Amino acid sequence: MNSSKKECVAMLLAGGEGKRLGSLTKKLAKPAVYFGGKYRIIDFPLSNCTNSGIDTVGVLTQYEPLALNTHLGIGTPWGLDHRQGGLTALPPFVEKAGGSWYLGTADAIYQNTCFIEQYEPEYVLVLSGDHIYKMDYDKMLQYHKEKQADVTISVIEVPMDEASRFGIMNTDEDYTITEFEEKPKHPKNNLASMGVYLFTWSYLKSFLTNDALNPHSEHDFGKNVIPSMLESDLKLVAYPFSGYWRDVGTVQSYWEASMDLLATDSPLDLHEDAWRIYSTNPNQPPQYIAAGAKVSRSFINEGCLVYGKLVKSILFHGVKVGQHSEVTNSILMPNVQIGSNVTLTNVIVTEGTHIPDGTRITSSKHDILVIDQETKFEALTMLA
Amino acid sequence: MKRLMGVINLDAEQDLLGELTYFRCGAAVPFGGRYRLIDFVLSNMVHAQISEIAVFTRRKYRSLMDHLGNGKAWDLDHVKGGLFILPPDWNDPTDISKGELQHFHNNRDFFARGQADHVLITGSQHVSTVDFEEVFTQHLNTNADVTVVYQHNEKMVTDTPFSKKLTIDKTGHVRDLTNDQKNPNYYMNMYIIKKDLLLELVDSCIARGKSFLFEEGIIPRADKLKIGSYAYNGYLAVIDSLSAYYQQSMKLLSDQHFEELFLSKKPLLTKIKNEPPTVYKRGSNATNSLIANGCVIEGKVSNSILFRGVKVERGAVIENSVIMQRCVIKKGTVLKNVVLDKDITLTPNKTLIGADKQPYVVAKRKVI
Repeated sequence: MNSSKKECVAMLLAGGEGKRLGSLTKKLAKPAVYFGGKYRIIDFPLSNCTNSGIDTVGVLTQYEPLALNTHLGIGTPWGLDHRQGGLTALPPFVEKAGGSWYLGTADAIYQNTCFIEQYEPEYVLVLSGDHIYKMDYDKMLQYHKEKQADVTISVIEVPMDEASRFGIMNTDEDYTITEFEEKPKHPKNNLASMGVYLFTWSYLKSFLTNDALNPHSEHDFGKNVIPSMLESDLKLVAYPFSGYWRDVGTVQSYWEASMDLLATDSPLDLHEDAWRIYSTNPNQPPQYIAAGAKVSRSFINEGCLVYGKLVKSILFHGVKVGQHSEVTNSILMPNVQIGSNVTLTNVIVTEGTHIPDGTRITSSKHDILVIDQETKFEALTMLA
Repeated sequence: MKRLMGVINLDAEQDLLGELTYFRCGAAVPFGGRYRLIDFVLSNMVHAQISEIAVFTRRKYRSLMDHLGNGKAWDLDHVKGGLFILPPDWNDPTDISKGELQHFHNNRDFFARGQADHVLITGSQHVSTVDFEEVFTQHLNTNADVTVVYQHNEKMVTDTPFSKKLTIDKTGHVRDLTNDQKNPNYYMNMYIIKKDLLLELVDSCIARGKSFLFEEGIIPRADKLKIGSYAYNGYLAVIDSLSAYYQQSMKLLSDQHFEELFLSKKPLLTKIKNEPPTVYKRGSNATNSLIANGCVIEGKVSNSILFRGVKVERGAVIENSVIMQRCVIKKGTVLKNVVLDKDITLTPNKTLIGADKQPYVVAKRKVI
C-alpha cells in the first residue's frame, strides 16, 4: 500500500455499550448518544482532533454500530474526508488465523496495528468517545516532546470526594507519574485520568504485543498496560488540563453536563468560533417560536416549533412543544412531539417519542427519568 | 426523472431589492432565516430528481458562487451531471447573440451533453413549493411543446411592471403574455420546453436579433406551438421589491405560512454553516419569531426573523424586523421595522425605526 507518513495518529475508542446510561443506550453505542441540542458525544473528541490539526483518526466501533457508522460516514462533518488518512471506522474482524471481538481497550488498538503502521507514526493518541470537553491535543503533543516522555496521560483535578470514581495519578513535583490507581477506595490525590493517552508508538507497540500474549491480562489500558509501563523504565508524565471536562457515563452526570450548558456563565461555550464542535447538519428550517410561547435559558436547535413554555431545557432538531405545555430542566431529543397541556420537569425524552396531551411527569433532580417510546405515560402522570 | 434538466436563468432578473442587491444578485438575497432566494427553486428541482442544473448569471455573482459551491449541499456534486454555474463568456467573434439568448447560445454544450430531452427554465424570485415532477408529468401526458406554470390569483398585487399575466384559452392553452393587472393568471416565470425546440427557437431568435426567449421566441408562436398551462395553487411569495421582501418575510411568522412553506414537503436545502443551537440566556424573551441556529439571545425579540449567528445583547429590543447573519445588536438598542443586511453592528442605545410597510434598510457590513 502506498503509505503516507503521519506524525501522530489518533485512535478513538467508540465501542462502549454504556450500560450506566440506561435507556439512552438501548439501541445506541455510548459515543453516539445525543448531547447539547445538536451533537453526539463523539463529536467532541472528533472536533478536537480536527481543531488540533490531527487529520488521521481510527474509530474503533463494536456495540450497536448502525447509528454510529451512519453518523461517522467518511468523516465529512469534521473535515476528515481526506485522500490520505482521514477518518476510518475500525470494527472487529476475522482473518485466516481467526479473530474476535475487541477484548478490551488495549486489545482493540493491538488488533489494528496494521492500520496504524500504514502511517509510520511517531506518536499514537488514544482517546475515548464518552467525554465532553474541548482540548488542543497538539499542545499535549508539544508537552510530550518537551518532557521527553514515552507516555503522556492527560489529567484533570476533580473534587476529592469524587476521586474514587476515576483512575488517579500520583506524581512527583514535575508531573512524572509514580503510581496509577484505577478507582481507588482511598485516593491519595485528585488528579484524574481524562482517558486521553499519548504514546510514543514504538513503545506502545511492544507493550501491546506483550499484553496480547499474556493470558491473564484483561487487555485494558487502565488495568494492565499502564501499570506494566509504570513497572518498566519508561517515562510516564501527567499533562495537567484545566478546562471543562465531564464524564457523561451515567444518566445523572449526562443530565448535569447538559445543564452546565445553560448556566449563566457556561463553562463550555459552544458558540466560540475558534473551537467549533462539528456535527451533521439535518437541514431543517429555523426554529419557530409562536406567539404566546415563552422561552428562557434554553438551547434550541433548528426545526423546532415551540407553542408552550420552556425553562432551562435543551431541544434537539424537529421537536414540537404544544400549547400550554411547560417543559423545565429537561432534554428533548430529535423529533420528540409534545402535545398540549403537558408538564415535564427534570426528564430526558429520547428520539422520536410522542407525549400525549395532558401528560404530567415530574422527576427529582437527583433521580432523572428517561422517557422513551415504551414508557407508559398514564402511570407516570398518576404518580405525579 | 432523467429526462428533464434545469436552467435557473438569472440573466433577465433585475436587482430590485435596493440595498440588499447593492453587492449581490437577487438570487443570492438571504430569505427565511437561513436560506437564499435561489434555494427554493433549486430545492424544488432537486426534489423532482432533476440532476443536471445550470445557473445562468451575468452580474454580481460572487456571493452566489460562494453559496452554491460545487452543489454538495443539494446533492448535486455528481460524477455525471450536477450543478453548473455558467457566468458570461462572450468571446466568440462570430457571435451575434444578445440578451439572455447569449447564455443559451454560449452554453449549447450544456444542452448537447445533457441526457435530458426536456428543459425546465425558471427564475429565482418566485418562492414556492411547486412540484416539478407533477408539472413534467402533465407536460408529457399532454404532449405539449411548452408547459407554463401560473397561479390563478385574483388578489395578487405586485409592485413592479416586471410581473406578467398569461392569457389562457378555454382549452388551457396559453395565447398571450400581457401586462393587464386585472388578469388573474399570474405568470411564475417557470416553464418546461422540449430541448430540440428550445435550441431551434434560440437559433431563429438570434438570427432575428431578439433578446428574450419566452417573450420573443415562444409567445409570438402561440398559434403554432402547443403551449399548455399548469395551475399551481400552493404557497407563492413574489420577491420583486424591497417592500415585497419585507412583507413576505413577515408573512412567514404566521404558523400556517411557516408550515406551508417549510414543513409540507422534503426539507429545503441550503449551504451548511455548522452553527450551534441558539441559546436563550437569562432575561431573554422571544415571541412570534423565526430564529436560526447560532444566535445568542439575551434581549427581547418579537415578530422578527433572525438569521444564523445573530447576537442580541441584554436590554436590546427587536420588533417586526429581519436581522441577517452575524449582526450584533448591543445593549439597550431598539429596532422596529428594520431590515439589517449581514455583518452589521449596532452600538449600544441606538434606536432605528422604519415605517410599517417601508422598512428601514441597512446595507452590509456597517457599524452604526
